[in-house]
Amino acid sequence: MARMKFLCDAERCIECNACVTACKNEHDIPWGINRRRVITLKDGVPGERSISMACMHCNDPPCAAVCPVDCFYQTADGVVLHSKDLCIGCGYCFYACPFGAPQYPQATNFGGRGKMDKCTFCAGGPEPDNSLEEYQKYGANRLAEGKLPLCAEMCSTRALMAGDGDVLADIYKERVVRRGYGSGAWGWTTAYRENDRGNAFGPGREGTGGS
Amino acid sequence: MTKLLRPLLVLFVLLLAAPAVQAQFYQTPGPTSPTSKDEVQLYQTPDGKLSGRISIPDAKLGVLVQPEGREWREFRMVWLKIIAGALILGPIAALGLFYLIRGTIRIQGGRSGRQVPRFGGMDRFAHWTTAVSFLLMALTGLILTFGRMLLIPLIGHPNFTMLAEASKYMHNFFSVPFVLGLLMIFVLWVRDNIPEKADLVWLKTLGGVLSKSGEHPEAGRFNAGQKGVFWAVVFGGFALSLTGFLLMMPFAVTGIGGMQILHVAHGVVAALMIALIIGHIYIGTIGMEGAFDAMGSGVVDENWAKDHHRRWYEEQLRNGQADPDGRLRHHAAE
Repeated sequence: MARMKFLCDAERCIECNACVTACKNEHDIPWGINRRRVITLKDGVPGERSISMACMHCNDPPCAAVCPVDCFYQTADGVVLHSKDLCIGCGYCFYACPFGAPQYPQATNFGGRGKMDKCTFCAGGPEPDNSLEEYQKYGANRLAEGKLPLCAEMCSTRALMAGDGDVLADIYKERVVRRGYGSGAWGWTTAYRENDRGNAFGPGREGTGGS
Repeated sequence: MTKLLRPLLVLFVLLLAAPAVQAQFYQTPGPTSPTSKDEVQLYQTPDGKLSGRISIPDAKLGVLVQPEGREWREFRMVWLKIIAGALILGPIAALGLFYLIRGTIRIQGGRSGRQVPRFGGMDRFAHWTTAVSFLLMALTGLILTFGRMLLIPLIGHPNFTMLAEASKYMHNFFSVPFVLGLLMIFVLWVRDNIPEKADLVWLKTLGGVLSKSGEHPEAGRFNAGQKGVFWAVVFGGFALSLTGFLLMMPFAVTGIGGMQILHVAHGVVAALMIALIIGHIYIGTIGMEGAFDAMGSGVVDENWAKDHHRRWYEEQLRNGQADPDGRLRHHAAE
């Protein structure tokens, strides 16, 4: 079984923001929510790099751990999804997430932030695959159609890649050997290694949320 | 002619310098470059918080990695549960044990049947507004903290989400009556809660709780223990309100880091307040005979007043609020 991951090759990202736009368009994301965004580090100084960032679908997701209503689950492919029927919009996942992935439709309404929204790896939610309800709540389910996330699929420089983690790592390593440099897979240490507490919430484990 | 040549000359120099600049600004293959896939460093060493520039309007998304979330997760998942659990179960166990040993503190000489007005309508309104909103917020806060662990296995996910969502709204909306009640309490009672010399005696003997004869040190309208509760409620309540309102308005004043700290402060102060209020409820109900009347009917038994607030009772006598005959005057306490 594949372990789905994103890998952003910062040496290739040209900050065109096409991944951001593609994501918004594909899932009909409302104004104010950004499932994906491009961040430029060291802007205008030597060593400047741009990185496209969204939910990294961690091995041991902090969002899932701190959620008071236990609305997160992980698919057999390692994709971290959540149920908007269970979410109460408390904002805890946003405090815990290292990548700032969870988004809320309202900023302040006396504590009402609406249901959390985040990158689904184009894999929808707990509703039946490609149903209207699923599309309205979570956007398109490309994975169920045998397609990979659109942001990575249409990246013009192939900086952003999505797919099985081992394959991505192999491609990335080959690139680094050929060109002779590389700054590593951004976010991978945090998402898959550093805070990985084993199989507490590992891929393949039946999720509790959304049932 | 020179005017036209100068920019061209500059451009020429820049073009010549470009490869050097390129080499300086960008990584290039060098002697340390990996020669095989095994040498490629896939995982970066984590280097703390990373933020940069972002072209979308949502500036707070410029943060690439915030490792502080991990410490907050540790607090939320481990420490908060230990702190809140200990501060709730600890006092309940201690008071249960105390009750078994000491029992209800009786009025010396029993009830006289004569009554002294103690808290008027305004006092009681302020007290119960604060009390009811505090209890509801404590309960709903505990549901959000412990519900996943204790309630989801019992009632299931969909039911718990309904409960948690209702809890969240109640927790937010009851903050308003809580703050209003808190302000009223402060205005109404601050005068009688200024620390004084007699409080030291009261504190030394712990209010006479350990004395076998049931002797109580002298006290005015409020004894040192009550003053302690008053100031703890004023400062604790203020801290809870401030942190709570800031958490309710995300990004209005602080960012993620600030909200993590606010949540920790809110949780710890709330746990301390719950422990304090457990003690307060105990002494106001089963812990002491006649104490509940003060906030219930607003009038207390004369012997209770003599026992616990002799100086206040004597003041009431002088002011004609209570009289030796014990007939209740028909005007408000204050």
